[in-house]
Amino acid sequence: MSPATPDVKTLKIDGIDISARSDQTVLEAAREHELSIPTLCHLDGLSDVGACRLCLVEVKGTAKLLPACVTRVEEGMDVTTKSDRLLKYRRMILELLFAERNHVCSVCVANGHCDLQGLAQAHGLTHVQFPYRYPKLPVDASHNRFVVDHNRCILCTRCVRVCDEVEGAHTWDVMGRGIESMVITDLHQPWGESDTCTSCGKCVQVCPTGALFEKGRARSAAKRPDFLPYLTMMREEKR
Amino acid sequence: MSKVRLATVWLDGCSGCHMSFLDMDERLLDLAGRIELVYSPLVDHKEYPENVDVVLVEGSISSEEDLHKIKKIRARSKILVSLGDCAVTGNVPAMRNAFSTAEVLRRVYVENVSAPSPIPDQVVPALLPRVCPVHEVVPVDVFVPGCPPSADTIFWTLTELLDGRRPDLTGRTRFGA
Repeated sequence: MSPATPDVKTLKIDGIDISARSDQTVLEAAREHELSIPTLCHLDGLSDVGACRLCLVEVKGTAKLLPACVTRVEEGMDVTTKSDRLLKYRRMILELLFAERNHVCSVCVANGHCDLQGLAQAHGLTHVQFPYRYPKLPVDASHNRFVVDHNRCILCTRCVRVCDEVEGAHTWDVMGRGIESMVITDLHQPWGESDTCTSCGKCVQVCPTGALFEKGRARSAAKRPDFLPYLTMMREEKR
Repeated sequence: MSKVRLATVWLDGCSGCHMSFLDMDERLLDLAGRIELVYSPLVDHKEYPENVDVVLVEGSISSEEDLHKIKKIRARSKILVSLGDCAVTGNVPAMRNAFSTAEVLRRVYVENVSAPSPIPDQVVPALLPRVCPVHEVVPVDVFVPGCPPSADTIFWTLTELLDGRRPDLTGRTRFGA
């Protein structure tokens, strides 16, 4: 075998030999080879923040679990994406997300096409072992087309990133710390009074849950975040 | 072979899970040959009996009566199944948890009616300060999420249990299904 060129790294994911560009993440390399790693905060076309921790993988030689979305491939890496330990932690993460706010799937606009609900089902989550917190959270319906329901927000920050990186408006941001964190519009003004919001709706399309939705429907239509990689690609070509 | 003693219980839920149970249609006849329905809102038994093999519990724990009942049910049943999202997650009944019981009662009996009536404090069981899923109060053996779980899901769960297996619901139903 010829030695790898400087740009190419060779590694093992789930026992399969893989070559990847040195600027690729473990997640990208895995998905290119149709190895699935669950994600929630990651979205093709946006920067990665490693917020949800669902994509944690085991890397031989490291005791810590590493988030695949923000871990660059390295020469000789030996990555495991599926194990009892990882499954246990992924389920725990999902359970904590359900327990943290009020995710009432049965009456949620996103019922049937929610990433959190879908991942729970895919991970065999039949109940939440942690006590629910039942926080009292606001719903802001001041925008004439969209609503933000903080009860359903999992703080993935997809809305913050798409608004900043793609729309360039940076209407969304995060305030507070820890369990008190919340996504806000502008300087925590009602969304409808935001000076910067262009009403483009990108945040709604990328929201993985029922936290952001369009007014006028009891059940929101399936989200369509697929425009993002296309937009990003076209812009890069233009440059 | 003796029949499996089945009970179904309706706590704080909308009865939708029981409707879904009835929605098994002619499959109920298959089940009838294998079970004895010893307690249910569908039949007229006043007291929850001893030695129940399988109990399907619909609804969350919302009042002192629910709490009293579920403890008795747990003590007298071998396999307790949390049936539906209210039993499994608290679901819609638990949406009142962001408010105090006083606020909730005032909203229902005073603010939200054209002819305000006194807030009942006799005969009806007192509300618990917080609605909770069944497994926060007593151990649960099988969880069947769904709002409601489909008749197919309930039938499959029951036949697994009747055949002596512990059903694995992975991929068969989900929260809000």
